[in-house]
Order: sequence, then C-alpha cells, then structure tokens
Amino acid sequence: MSDPIAHTGDAVAGPDLNERGTPRPHTKAGTSIWAAAGLTLARDLRLAFRKRGQLVQPLVFFAIVTTLFPLAISPELSRLRDVAPGVLWVAALLSSQLALEFLFRDDAQDGTLEQAALSGQSLSGLLFAKTGAHWLLTGLPLALMAPLAGLSLGVPVASVPGIVASVAVGSVALSLIGSMGAAITLGVKRSGALLSLLTLPLAMPVLIFGARATELAIKGESYGPPLELLGALAVLGITLAPLATAAAVRVNLE
Amino acid sequence: MSWTWFHRLGSPPYIYNLAARLTPWFAWPAALLMLGGLYDGLVLSPPDYQQGDGFRMMYVHVPTAYLSVMIYTTMAICAAVGLIWRIKVAHAVAASCAPIGASITLCALVTGSLWGAPMWGTYWEWDPRLTSELILLFLYLGYMGLRSATEDVQRADRISAVLAIVGVVNVPIIHFSVVWWNSLHQGSTLLRADGPAIATSMLIPLLMMLLGFTLFFVAVLLVRLRGEILSRERSASWIREAVTP
Amino acid sequence: MTLKAENLHLWRGDRHVLQGVSFAASEGECLQITGSNGAGKTSLLRTLSGLMYPEEGTVTWRGQGIRSDLLGYHSELAYIGHEPPLKGDLTARENLHYWIGIRWPVSQGETEKALERVGAHGWSDRPVRTLSAGQKRRVALAGLTLMMDVPLWLLDEPTTNLDKQGQHLVGALIEEHLSRGGLVVAAIHHDLSVRTTAMRRLELARE
Repeated sequence: MSDPIAHTGDAVAGPDLNERGTPRPHTKAGTSIWAAAGLTLARDLRLAFRKRGQLVQPLVFFAIVTTLFPLAISPELSRLRDVAPGVLWVAALLSSQLALEFLFRDDAQDGTLEQAALSGQSLSGLLFAKTGAHWLLTGLPLALMAPLAGLSLGVPVASVPGIVASVAVGSVALSLIGSMGAAITLGVKRSGALLSLLTLPLAMPVLIFGARATELAIKGESYGPPLELLGALAVLGITLAPLATAAAVRVNLE
Repeated sequence: MSWTWFHRLGSPPYIYNLAARLTPWFAWPAALLMLGGLYDGLVLSPPDYQQGDGFRMMYVHVPTAYLSVMIYTTMAICAAVGLIWRIKVAHAVAASCAPIGASITLCALVTGSLWGAPMWGTYWEWDPRLTSELILLFLYLGYMGLRSATEDVQRADRISAVLAIVGVVNVPIIHFSVVWWNSLHQGSTLLRADGPAIATSMLIPLLMMLLGFTLFFVAVLLVRLRGEILSRERSASWIREAVTP
Repeated sequence: MTLKAENLHLWRGDRHVLQGVSFAASEGECLQITGSNGAGKTSLLRTLSGLMYPEEGTVTWRGQGIRSDLLGYHSELAYIGHEPPLKGDLTARENLHYWIGIRWPVSQGETEKALERVGAHGWSDRPVRTLSAGQKRRVALAGLTLMMDVPLWLLDEPTTNLDKQGQHLVGALIEEHLSRGGLVVAAIHHDLSVRTTAMRRLELARE
C-alpha cells in the first residue's frame, strides 16, 4: 500500500487520472454529477408537465381520502379535530404512494434507466434527482394542501405553519423511502400491492413523528422535538436511500 | 490464511452434507435445554408475587421475541454476504431463515398477547414491544412476498437481499420510534445496565430457554437449508449421488 | 486499447447462455457477433457493458477488469440496446440533449448537426412516440454521431428497422468511428456494410 500522505506533484485519482495515476482518456470535460442531476430533475419535471392531467391526481386523492373520514366518523368538528393529525397523515402517506409505482417504470421500459446506469455518472445521484422531482410534484403540493384539509377537519388557523412544516419535511422522507420501494419492485408486474406492503412498514416512523408534530401544532404546543426527529429521518433518508435505490435498480437491470 | 475453507463454505454439496452432519449436534441439546427450561420454569420455580402464574409465559415469549430480531439480522447478514461476494449458498441461507423468522415472530405476538391479556383485560394492547413485533412481521412478509413475486431465483435472491439490508437498518429506527410513541410494557428486565432485575430462580430457566430456542432455530435452519439447496440445485449432477440411498 | 473477454460463462436460470466466450478486440477493429435468436448475443453485450455479471470469466478494458472502475469504464462506453433509449413524450432534440448532456455538455448547434446528419430534419420537434420505429432508430444514430469520441461502442442490432439508406448510414458512422481509433462490438443478423479490413466475426452457438 503506497504512502498515504500525498506529496506535491503526486498523481491523485480524480476525473482526469484513474487509480493507477495514468491519464483517463477523455477528449472533453465531462458533465459534473450536479449538472447531470439538474438535467435529470428538469427533464422529469418537463415530462410531468406534459401530462398535466396526471399531476393533480395525488392531490385529488388526498382530498377524497380526507373526505372519507367525516363521512365515516361524524360531521362534528370537535371529534374530527381529535383525529385530524392521523387522518391527514394517513391520507398523505397513501397519496404519496400513488405516483411511486411509476417513478422508475417508464424509464425502465423505454431503456433510459439503463442508459442512466451506463452514463458513467453516479446512479444514486441521478435517481436522487428523480426522487427530488417526485417530491416537488407530490410531497410539496401535499404539504401546501394539508392545511386546507386540516381546516375542513376543524383545526385552528394558527396551526397551519406547523402542519405545512411537518408534512413538508415528512414527505421528503416518504419520497425517499418510496423510491427504494419502487426500485425494489421494478421487476414485479403489477407491483402496487407489494409496493405498499414493502413501503408502509418502513414509513411508520415517519408517520409516528409526523402525526405527533401535527398534533402538537394543532393543540398550539411546541412541535420542535418531533419535527427535529422527522428532520433526522429525512437526512438519514437523503444519505442512505439513494444508495439502496441505485443498488436495487442495478439488480433489476441484470 | 488458507482460503479453501472459505471456498468450501460457498459450495452447495459441501454445505448440504455439512448441514446433515451438524443437525443432531443442535437438535438434541436444543430439545434437552427446552424441556429442562420448561420444566424448571413451569414447575419448579415459584410464582411471581405480582403476576402469579401468568408471568410464566415469559419463558416462551422472551426467547421468541429475541429470536425474531436475531433471525432477521442473520437473514440480512447472509443476504448481504450473498449480494456483495456473490455467494449463492448465502442466499439459500437467507431464504431458509425467512419463514422460520416469520413463524417465530407470530409466536412472539401470540405469546405476548396471551401474557398481557390477564394484566390488560384485553388480548391486544398497542404496547411498544408488541407493536414493533407486528411491524417486524410485516417486514418478514414483505421479504417473502417479494421473493415469491420474482420469477427468476437469482434476481429474487439479489433484490430481496437489498430489501433485507434496508429492513435491518430500519429495525432499530422502527423500534425507537415505537418506544417513543408509547410505553405500557414493563421495562426490559434482562437488559438493564445494573444487571438482571429478576430473581435467579427465574433467570436460569429463562437463559436455558433462550439458548434452547436459539439452538432449535439453527437445527431447523439446517434442515430447511438442505431442502432449499436441493430445490436450487435440482439440475446439478451431484444431486443424484447425494439423494440416492 | 483493448477489450478482452476471457472465458465468459453466464447462466440465466438453468440455461447456460454464454459457454466460455473469449475474444480480444483492439482499436480500429469491428467485431460482429452473430448467432440465431436466443444464442446469447444480447446477453454477451450486456455482460461486456457491465450490466450483467458473468458467473465465470472476466472482461478487461485497457488491461484492467471493468469492475475495478465501473463508472470510469462507462464513461468510455456507448451502449445502444434493442430499443433506442428515448422518452416518448420528449422531442428528438430534447432526448438527445439529455442523453448526451448527462455525459458532457452538448450545445444546441451540435444536436442540430447530429439530427441533420441522420435526416431527422422534418420531424425533430415532434414527441418521439409519434415517430416510426425507423425514425426512432435514426435518433439513436444521431446520438452516436455525438459520441464519436467515446472509444468503445457496443451496439445491439443497430440496423433494425432501417431502410437501405439507413443501413448505409450505420456503416458510415462505424467506419468513421473505426478510423478515429474507436472499437465497435455489434450484435447483428446481417453483415454490416462497413468498408474496412479490420472486420471480425464471433459466432455464438445455442446451448
């Protein structure tokens, strides 16, 4: 093993030199992973907007699910206010699942996922960008819609910032967990039920902390601690989920 | 360091025969320990001053609960070994673990529910231990569901390995979040920092059961593993010699 | 600069798809892989690209195993499978811009020239799903023209769905690539119309 302390003039492996210190043959400077991720994000957003009708589906689903609870329980706002955190979160969880099945499926079918795996760019980075697009199209709108649903369930107006914050942060973790599930079930036909079976147990900690944060916000109490735990889950997800997602995609491309 | 033992460990016929030879070494001690532990725990040791005879369910519940997590971890480690070093036998071990782990988790849930029923007044309470066990059962079922939904055995091995690794990382997170969420269950009496808080007369049969159950798991695993290897290698030439008497 | 395959064995389930495939190809050479359907041509290309992992044998590029630096190997590889890798809702132009753009920056002018070269002028602004199979294949060829500097090309039946003119285009692109010191490994049904003396064949037999 060579001397681990680098001296000036030593060859260091990087974009221009490979591990042996010999020049990596390029003729042009490559795109950085950040630029490639940016291109991927932009492409996925552009694709989503070309199918504008499908964009609102998770939101409509969210609205319908939250409507089910007053119909099934009671129209009394005092009772609904008690169950509001749970209702909002279960609805958000199920809605964010909707678009997951298709996160990678189109790309797997038309061969572009394969090209991403062969691009020479970090696959986890590119898939993270796709997951980011999913969050921007699903999680963030849900976070903005959740207070409306909450108000319909009798929550006080002062709790709106807390609801937005908790659903926004929690949905980041949900998108990341969902991307792992979507990648893992890529090889399964009609994977909807299996995808939920795999993703929902992993999402339970997010549900626990998120619902608690929302509940405290509704009661007007400080919701910092559960929100921080939610944030920790999101950070953990950002660090680890893309690796698992890329591994699962590579296995499914074999 | 000689790598031949490592290579042999990766060879299906070697493992097939090794498993057959090892099984009795685990099965008999397991039977003795479990019978002895049960006798000691159910008959010999005195009733608990608080819970009367009901606490005796602990002798089955605690080993099964501990084992349910240990089996999942073993499954995930073997799956990871198979994924990273591409050793097929490791995948066979992981596949064999899953149904055993799921059944043991179910036992843990049932015994936990029966144990708690006299105290709670109902057969189910959302206490952190049982809730974590339930979620663990879902993880096992998801793993088994993914395997059965994937047609190609090799791909099933590799993709369920990714799932198992993701699951095992999540087990502590899930457990922490569930404990955080609620606590009705009495604190863990075996794993307290200042030493076991239960009487020696209860501790000894418990340890016997723990060890007995663990050996039982290994014995059952070895038997399942042989079946799993037979099924995977059915078209290989060594099978005919191995199976004909 | 050599691509070497040594004793590749690959099983898919119980099928022994690659049975000890070996070859070496160097710069300026075009290796044509032939064989009936199901003989393993696609599996061989996918193994060479690193997408599939052989049970035995190694693939080396520039003397190093491809697994030792897979991303680096990929940056020197252009692989086009059976289907052109295009997103149906994007135009040909947008597809190229992304496909090449994630590897190195490509300007609008360059994509225009590439599309012109393959005769995509009239239909490069329509969503790709409205194009015929032959037109889609041409868009993939436009991508190849932008990847002339990528040393290794792995092509799976590059002339599928192309008319005579299209087939000549494929030949011309390959010739240009070879003359620049590139390497081509292609799975084919019919011989490529490539004018070069450095053409070799590898026949794969079914199990």
